[in-house]
Amino acid sequence: MTRSRFTPTQVGTAAPSTSSGQAPGCPAERSEAVAPCRDSRPLSSRAKLRRSPIAMIITILATSLSISCSRKAESARLPKPTAFGAAIVESSGGKQTAQTGSLLQQPVVVQVNDAQGNSVTGALVEFSAVPGVIFDPPNGLTDSSGQVTTNVSLGGIAGRYQIVASTFEKSHKKIDLKLEEIALSYQQTLGRQLNNQYCDRCHNPESTVERVSNYDNLEVKPHPFTAGDTLNKITDADLTAIISHGGPALNKSPLMPAWGNTLSKSDIEALISYIRAVSDPPSREAGPVYAKN
Amino acid sequence: MKEKLRSLWQKLFGDSVRAFGVVSFIFLVSLAVAPAKNYFSEWRHYQHGYLRMIRNRSDANTLQRHFRGGIQQIWLPELDVVDRCTSCHVGLKEATLADVAVQPFRTHPVIPHKLDQFGCTICHRGQGAATTVAEAHNSTLAWEQPILPARYIESSCGECHRGPLPGTPVLNQGRNLLSRYGCVHCHTVKLPDGSTMKATDDPPSLSHIADKTTREWIFAWLKDPQAYASTATMPNFKLTDDDTRDISAFLIANSAPLPGDTIALSTKASSDATAGPSLYGESFCASCHAVQNAAGNLVGGDVGPELTRVGNKVKPEWLQAWLRNPRTYDPPTGMPHYRFNDAQIATLSPFLLAKTDSDLLANVHLDAATPEQIAHGKRLVSDYGCASCHEIAGIKKPEAFAPELSHIGSKPITQLIFLPGMPHTLPDYIAGKIKQPRAFSPGLKMPQYSFTPAQIDALTTALLSLNDRSNTLPPSLAVAAIPESDYEPAGKAGKLMSDLACFSCHRINGHGGDMAPDLTWEGSSVQREWLVRFLKNPGTLRPSLIRRMPRFNLTDSEANELTDYIMTVYQSPAVDRDSMPLSGYSPGQVELGKQLFYGKYACQGCHIVNGNHDKGYIGPTLTQVGSRLTAAWIYQWMKDPQALRPGTTEPNRAMSDEDARVLTAFLMMQKSGAKQEVAKK
Repeated sequence: MTRSRFTPTQVGTAAPSTSSGQAPGCPAERSEAVAPCRDSRPLSSRAKLRRSPIAMIITILATSLSISCSRKAESARLPKPTAFGAAIVESSGGKQTAQTGSLLQQPVVVQVNDAQGNSVTGALVEFSAVPGVIFDPPNGLTDSSGQVTTNVSLGGIAGRYQIVASTFEKSHKKIDLKLEEIALSYQQTLGRQLNNQYCDRCHNPESTVERVSNYDNLEVKPHPFTAGDTLNKITDADLTAIISHGGPALNKSPLMPAWGNTLSKSDIEALISYIRAVSDPPSREAGPVYAKN
Repeated sequence: MKEKLRSLWQKLFGDSVRAFGVVSFIFLVSLAVAPAKNYFSEWRHYQHGYLRMIRNRSDANTLQRHFRGGIQQIWLPELDVVDRCTSCHVGLKEATLADVAVQPFRTHPVIPHKLDQFGCTICHRGQGAATTVAEAHNSTLAWEQPILPARYIESSCGECHRGPLPGTPVLNQGRNLLSRYGCVHCHTVKLPDGSTMKATDDPPSLSHIADKTTREWIFAWLKDPQAYASTATMPNFKLTDDDTRDISAFLIANSAPLPGDTIALSTKASSDATAGPSLYGESFCASCHAVQNAAGNLVGGDVGPELTRVGNKVKPEWLQAWLRNPRTYDPPTGMPHYRFNDAQIATLSPFLLAKTDSDLLANVHLDAATPEQIAHGKRLVSDYGCASCHEIAGIKKPEAFAPELSHIGSKPITQLIFLPGMPHTLPDYIAGKIKQPRAFSPGLKMPQYSFTPAQIDALTTALLSLNDRSNTLPPSLAVAAIPESDYEPAGKAGKLMSDLACFSCHRINGHGGDMAPDLTWEGSSVQREWLVRFLKNPGTLRPSLIRRMPRFNLTDSEANELTDYIMTVYQSPAVDRDSMPLSGYSPGQVELGKQLFYGKYACQGCHIVNGNHDKGYIGPTLTQVGSRLTAAWIYQWMKDPQALRPGTTEPNRAMSDEDARVLTAFLMMQKSGAKQEVAKK
């Protein structure tokens, strides 16, 4: 009972003990919980034993323990929907990057609409993903603008995570919205940091109040790192050559300077792993997508 | 019943041969238990699963060759590591398994450490010697430390690495928050290197508070600091109305006037409504202070306090004195002494005082304080440990006001009291305490902070790194932090620099802020005439930055004093300022340099030399660089910028001497006066 194995699809170390359906920690409770399983004699002999008072006490103890155990495993009750929608759409929060196990910077917001495309208030939305992804809250009713907001922390293994927001139609048919979020490994986090320091100012066309993008000032436009269509076709070796020796190394613009004397070899590897992680459509090296089956 | 048992006994142990046979059988079965248990062990199950998985892969042969059956172990006696994790996690070192999504067969992501040298539990915790899933990952009766959730994994980096690392943003943020939010005022945190963590929040002294603000504002602030300023680091003590009334009464009664911290200005404010905002903008107040705009977004820096509702807080006569010279009221403040004249103060102060929120003090009505209320307020101030952070006349700073946190990451679970429904793990306990301290008991003194979930994760990560291992680590394994130097410039210029709070933004010799360029070698870098001019009236060097050097209204003698000091003291040994001339380069060299600038090195991507066609927006504008920098500095900078200013974005192009020389010639020709089309934005 306590020796439950990890299922092979288990992803992430964020909540290892919850998968066994037990309260994590609390060792005292757990050791007692073994008691009912020790009683493994054939049924007939157990029936005989039940006549003695000791057996009665054991039975009562075992029953009460199993009840207290099952209480822990009981899942949180869902709120009762007051309305139903016909479609569920993303408002914001898809395609974000965060370190493994950490919170996405922006919450995920989804909206439930009716058949006419108007937002629906009071519809139930549930979020789900592979074990290890944590939603806070995991479900909720849509607010007055038809939206539900949840904070998401990704699982403990780097890669792409599919998260599913689902709501029910009037006919109890489930409608799903699938979003993808990216969890960065240590190396990719390092790459992101280098990107912010050295690359982002030119390669990211978006300007913020604090950081004005240089993208529009360049005669030859650099590739945003999300431009998977182009970047996925360039091999790691070629990317390394462009980064270390500059654009002319591959007959590209000299506006891309050579960084080989500024960045170390492992820095460039980290940058490339970051570029591969965020490219859209995903690169082949981005690894598998973790989705709930 | 008895009859049946007796006949059974007879059947089994009736005579010696039978008894021997039965006992032998029992003995055999019990002996077989051990090998059977071994055969059905979990790790063997996973190793079989791994072999099945790799069988059909294209790289099966390589993987098969690397595979070693049986229990695997990483043993590192000096680190106290006995890790058998690799018995089930078989493919950790196989880079080709990156496409495998199933655990425990995934390859380990790339990290700077080798698994054989550090093992697994150093970073992930859990019970390394265990050979079953449940015992290795969860806490058991004999083992308290379960696997560390991924969101806190960087705490393990912090056990050895005492300084910030580029790859651990969460840990770095957590450590900063411990100082920035003043946690360490109450909680002592002794770092493993023997030093004590210092707070960086600089809470103001309350000894002269009545000069600065009203009792009504103190009341509103104490009730909810974030209602006044969403960025306030002051926590909410959840005080009752009566307690708040008494504390505010005590603070006002206890305040002694400070000579010179209030002035009555005779100059009238200018009638021009735009004068205030434009002086606020010209003085770059927003580099440090934030103000909420109409859309509700904060605009500005977070070095100084938010000013969205400052008009509700400060008294006009105090604000005017503060603007004239903040060092009268608070000598060590990070605010520069701007040397505003009376007309400027009269322009700026009504602009600031107009930043009010009519709701903030609308419902605060306080009667005159009674002596009992003041006495009660004083008791409350001592009880809540206000003096741990704030200087309050007549109240001593309490020693060890809150539990020490130097070993919090190894606190035994048996010593913790959990909330109902809370997972019984140390990280959950720490995060819960930070999130809602009073939930653990309404009588607790720890106030309510308004941290975001990400900040709570970061703080928990930083606290978990303060554990037994980090404190007992062999010194050879610890990676020390670069200590913040206590460099202070000397003499008259040094006094001037602290008066102008240069170190709030600039870093010199390892001391100071990071908002503005490091000035450690400034004397080698710039020309004297330019520096005097710049100090008197700073122009725009980096068009893309919104934070700029403000104008301090320095007198000629002050600007000269400062320039002389910088030119003499902040000299780099790598740059001989006089080794190259400031002008007189041949037109051939200049032309060649120009070709390199626009061709081979494409510097125009980031820099502007000719405002008519260059658009580069990242580096400093170079339109007048020949009047600003020394030739020797430019030459050395071309050769290796990071050697002169570590961390600069300028790439090291490893230029040949000749390339660097002609580029220097080209840049030195860009003199002021010759071109007036400077892009001033």
